[in-house]
Amino acid sequence: MSDVVLKITDLNAHYGHIHALRGISLEVKSGQIVTLLGANGAGKSTTMKCISGLLKPTGGKIEFMGENIFGKPAHDIVKRGLIHVPEGRRIFKGMTIQENLELGSFTLKDDAERKKRMDHVYELFPVLGERRHRDAGLLSGGEQQMLAMGRALMIGQKLVLLDEPSMGLAPFLVKDIMKVVKRLNEEGITILLVEQNAKMALGVADYGYVVETGEIVMHDEAEVLKNDERIINAYLGE
Amino acid sequence: MSTLDIFFQQLVNGLILGSFYSLVALGYSMVYGIIKLLNFAHGDVYMVGSFVGLILLGLLSPFLGAGWAGILVAMIISMILVGLLGVLIQRVAYVPMLSAPRLSILITALAVSMVLYNFVMASTSGEYKAFPVDLGYEGVEFGNVFITYTQIILVSSTAILMTVLHFFISRTMLGKAMRAIAIDQDACRLMGINVTSIIALTFFVGSALACAAGVMAGVYYGSIHFFMGFLIGLKAFTAAVIGGIGSIPGAVLGGLILGLLEAFGTQLPFIGSEWKDVFAFGILILLLLFKPTGLLGKTEIERM
Repeated sequence: MSDVVLKITDLNAHYGHIHALRGISLEVKSGQIVTLLGANGAGKSTTMKCISGLLKPTGGKIEFMGENIFGKPAHDIVKRGLIHVPEGRRIFKGMTIQENLELGSFTLKDDAERKKRMDHVYELFPVLGERRHRDAGLLSGGEQQMLAMGRALMIGQKLVLLDEPSMGLAPFLVKDIMKVVKRLNEEGITILLVEQNAKMALGVADYGYVVETGEIVMHDEAEVLKNDERIINAYLGE
Repeated sequence: MSTLDIFFQQLVNGLILGSFYSLVALGYSMVYGIIKLLNFAHGDVYMVGSFVGLILLGLLSPFLGAGWAGILVAMIISMILVGLLGVLIQRVAYVPMLSAPRLSILITALAVSMVLYNFVMASTSGEYKAFPVDLGYEGVEFGNVFITYTQIILVSSTAILMTVLHFFISRTMLGKAMRAIAIDQDACRLMGINVTSIIALTFFVGSALACAAGVMAGVYYGSIHFFMGFLIGLKAFTAAVIGGIGSIPGAVLGGLILGLLEAFGTQLPFIGSEWKDVFAFGILILLLLFKPTGLLGKTEIERM
């Protein structure tokens, strides 16, 4: 449990003149669910984009499985087994559910393996299997989230970045999605979870980091954060 | 000739014309679909394709003759060469402009168009060039309607190319990646898809299809000219808009509709063949007024 999958040191990023990330450092260990908490615009999604290569960071170090992936193109990082499920799900509307999943395994050459993984996704999310030939754009928001997560499982991942999986979903669906997150973790997938819904996130996570204006202001075991007064006041409400 | 005979004769003419429009419109639509660029150099790629075909036919005819065997080999080789030209144009002219404002890249496309036709104009002294083929005028007769073998072969070749394209786009991973890139490039990057090379592949396929149309037009009309790409470029653009720009079946449908409308339009009272361009662009204006998304264009549905 102790080997470090992802290690970020002093990560900086800019949007033009705006200094969006001011030295983020964090660690994700194998088998963990680590959550990144913070308000809108704190820099959570920016951190995710820097890790997956969608955004070029301006300074710092990102190590994945002991290798430096800082500034590498996104399509190259994916091949190493680091998958980013972006905010807003970003499924391919207008293509079928099955095609969405196939594209998830774009880097895979082995058709038998592709079929095996797809069956596994359909087993995890039966609703996707039933509608595999339907347009993905016709799925409900919760189902689209499941498809986005299922698509990430097609690659042969070691680490999955989940950005706001509960966004825009009804409360009962949020619970379902969190159950899925837990289940994936039990299957041995390491997860870095970004959430605005701190209560849900701390409910499933092992460890948490709190981001404010581009900096980590606090980090600890999820159990500890859940009972911390500052966290309760700022993020857990009531 | 009876009205029915005229109808069938014009149907054949319209299908031939429509095939050329469709093949060129496909490249327009595919490129627009992925990088939202109206590639106004595309008509000139068709023209260059025709000239490359002419040169290759000249080189190959001593070995393969001036019949279909020579044409087929020349067409395949020129499709590959012109496909590569498309990739070169994309790399040199468009890739550096991708993050520039949309208008800049549009002007770049016009510049590429001028470079291509001026280059061909200078090297041909602006003259018409005869296509070195000898296919005869045999054909089949249906009552009073006469269809040459050339016409049949050209329409079938177009159908074959489109079927191959359809399978490529709908069945292969690369084809699916091309469609996905039109929907969401960043999401594609996160799937491990190298977006730049898929865009290059799209230019290759689009240019190769335009080249096929160029070679076929040379075979059909018998002579070619450096400015032949201008009008067909505009027509193919019209066809792509009629079908819904960005839509692949739309480009095929739009091309065929435009070809057929032009052919039948020449038969209307008071409207002779000299009015067919007015007819085509009139349709474009009407369509833009009443159905700007085109016949098969998509409207986005957002769901929560």
